[in-house]
Amino acid sequence: MGLENNRIVKKFAALRAAGKQTLLPFITAGYPNLETTAAVLRELDGAGVGVCELGIPFTDPVADGPVIQASFTAALAAGVTTRGIFDVVRQFRRAGGELPLAAMVSYSIIFRHGVETFVNEAAEAGLDGLIVPDLPLDESAELERFAAGGGLALVLLIAPTTPAERRLEIARHSRGFIYYISVAGITGERTALPEQTLAAVAELRRHTDTPVCVGFGISNATTVREVWRAADGAIVGSAIVKRMEEHAGATPQEIAGVVGKFVRELMA
Amino acid sequence: MTTQLQSPGREGYFGPFGGQFVPETLRAALDQLTQEYHAAQADPAFAKEFDRCLREIAGRPSMLYYAGRLSEQVGGARIYLKREDLNHTGAHKINNTLGQVLLCRRMGKKRVIAETGAGQHGVATATAAAVFGLTCDVYMGAEDMRRQALNVFRMELMGARVVRVDSGQRTLKDATNEAMRDWMGSVAHTHYIIGSVVGPHPFPTIVRDFQSCIGREARSQMLQTAGRLPDVVVACVGGGSNAAGMFSPFIADKEVELLGVEAGGTGLSFGRHAASISCGRPGILHGSLSFVLQDEDGQTAPVHSISAGLDYPGVGPEHAWWHQMHRVRYTTCDDAAALQAVCTLSRAEGIIPALESAHAVSAAIQRAAELSSDKIVLICLSGRGDKDCNEIADLLAKVAKPAGATAKEGR
Ligand SMILES: Cc1ncc(COP(=O)(O)O)c(C=O)c1O
Repeated sequence: MGLENNRIVKKFAALRAAGKQTLLPFITAGYPNLETTAAVLRELDGAGVGVCELGIPFTDPVADGPVIQASFTAALAAGVTTRGIFDVVRQFRRAGGELPLAAMVSYSIIFRHGVETFVNEAAEAGLDGLIVPDLPLDESAELERFAAGGGLALVLLIAPTTPAERRLEIARHSRGFIYYISVAGITGERTALPEQTLAAVAELRRHTDTPVCVGFGISNATTVREVWRAADGAIVGSAIVKRMEEHAGATPQEIAGVVGKFVRELMA
Repeated sequence: MTTQLQSPGREGYFGPFGGQFVPETLRAALDQLTQEYHAAQADPAFAKEFDRCLREIAGRPSMLYYAGRLSEQVGGARIYLKREDLNHTGAHKINNTLGQVLLCRRMGKKRVIAETGAGQHGVATATAAAVFGLTCDVYMGAEDMRRQALNVFRMELMGARVVRVDSGQRTLKDATNEAMRDWMGSVAHTHYIIGSVVGPHPFPTIVRDFQSCIGREARSQMLQTAGRLPDVVVACVGGGSNAAGMFSPFIADKEVELLGVEAGGTGLSFGRHAASISCGRPGILHGSLSFVLQDEDGQTAPVHSISAGLDYPGVGPEHAWWHQMHRVRYTTCDDAAALQAVCTLSRAEGIIPALESAHAVSAAIQRAAELSSDKIVLICLSGRGDKDCNEIADLLAKVAKPAGATAKEGR
């Protein structure tokens, strides 16, 4: 199966054709519960965002800062599992949801399920892509093969510490889009974008047609706008999860409303 | 088979185990470290300086000691101890930190970070950092800071900052996560001194090599003292560094039985032990593929051990390989047996072992009892028990029926 019908690929093709940039919100799946995840997906589907990243909770997320860690811990304590998250995605698709979805998931989880099994189940549930923050290019051959076979876009990451030649190699293998990490560090809100980020993205885009999105530390509309000057999309995680945390006691609809309002502000 | 056992096929792999399952942000630092290590290995000046550090700072070579009274008491094989407990700072950990600090200096980095469980690796890192004037931050779980309060004080006295970790179970795994997160943002000027043969390549190889002075010395000391190799070599296995250092020079000696002892905790059911090889299966944790303790969704399992240094849900990838190749046999020793072994060795030889090392002592006593007196069992006594004394006192008070049990046996 090729990726021509992949929702992420199609979305970016349409955005490029329209000369538009987009927002990629990250939410922790199952936080504070799966009903909220379902409600947020419906909300985001109507909010005009590009791709939703669904973070699959993990006990040991070494690339994540305190906000996302705490949401993972809470979701796991509430009994959330990968299969439960896949069920939410499946129902979202059955109800006609068209929002492109990428799972952000540790390779520890994928490996334990079995690479082939995990990819098949993710694709069957209705996911469109995988982002595996602890799997560098050198270890990704097996997943790359199965993801391609299953019609899933395997999104690879480039860091500020990645040497120039390796950036191009990663870009060649990345599908859907390329995830450019704006800072050497963990996820979490930061006030400004490091200076080199835009130049690095611009340089990357001279060598690849694959869309480039920037993430880590983006938390407000000003930074989103800045990222859009060079990249196809801005990824916002901790700032959204923090707002969910502030309303963790509210109903799924209310939390979805909070997320919807915030992403609209970010894109305004 | 020997060459297969000793040299990983694809660089950084031991059979199917090992690798570099880390965020892209850390890849460049691992490459830099790999290159620096290759360069250091080719540089006679590095070997000379490392050797000097081991002698003058760690106090090597460590003694080989015939535990005569213990052997007599057990009534089986003759038991020898490789006295890593006599090293400066009280454990084998100093061998690795001295080597890594020298690498850090070659890379021009001015700050080191470390994770620690029992605090021995933290103390050894703080020591090496003090010797060479480096800034040092040590991540330690809140529960371990309680269990190993003395070591927290020692680290701080030597100028290190101890960073308390309150996530997860507040033990070694969580401290490792936090150290990795620090490194994600500090790789440009900071070297992460991993404390065991775990983590992404090249750490398992580097740490094994720096620790292999244990086995090399022990092997030649055995030949000198007894005129032959031991029949059985025993070491405790947390991440597996003292065991890897002890075993690797014996791997090619096929007639030597190698026995790794994991933490059996309070029983071998989910969450009550830290026996990654004995009870776990292949999975990924902290950057490498090895045996891990996980639930079926891939979430890391809770673990338990009486000893903070063995309280870890993973193990070095080379051990996974040795296990798969049936070159090393892995067994477990539970909390109670380890505590018993502390008492036994203390009274028989006047040596108070670390709780970690007591796991090896316990299993070795069992194995020695099965053998005749013409056989030799060699134990890697990885550390001394001073750090554990408060904890041991509390635990003994809990198990002691009337306090007479202790009084009766003492003379
Ligand atoms: C004395 C001692 N032995 C053993 C260990 C376990 O580590 P490893 O399995 O890497 O030797 C520790 C760890 O803190 C220790 O302090």
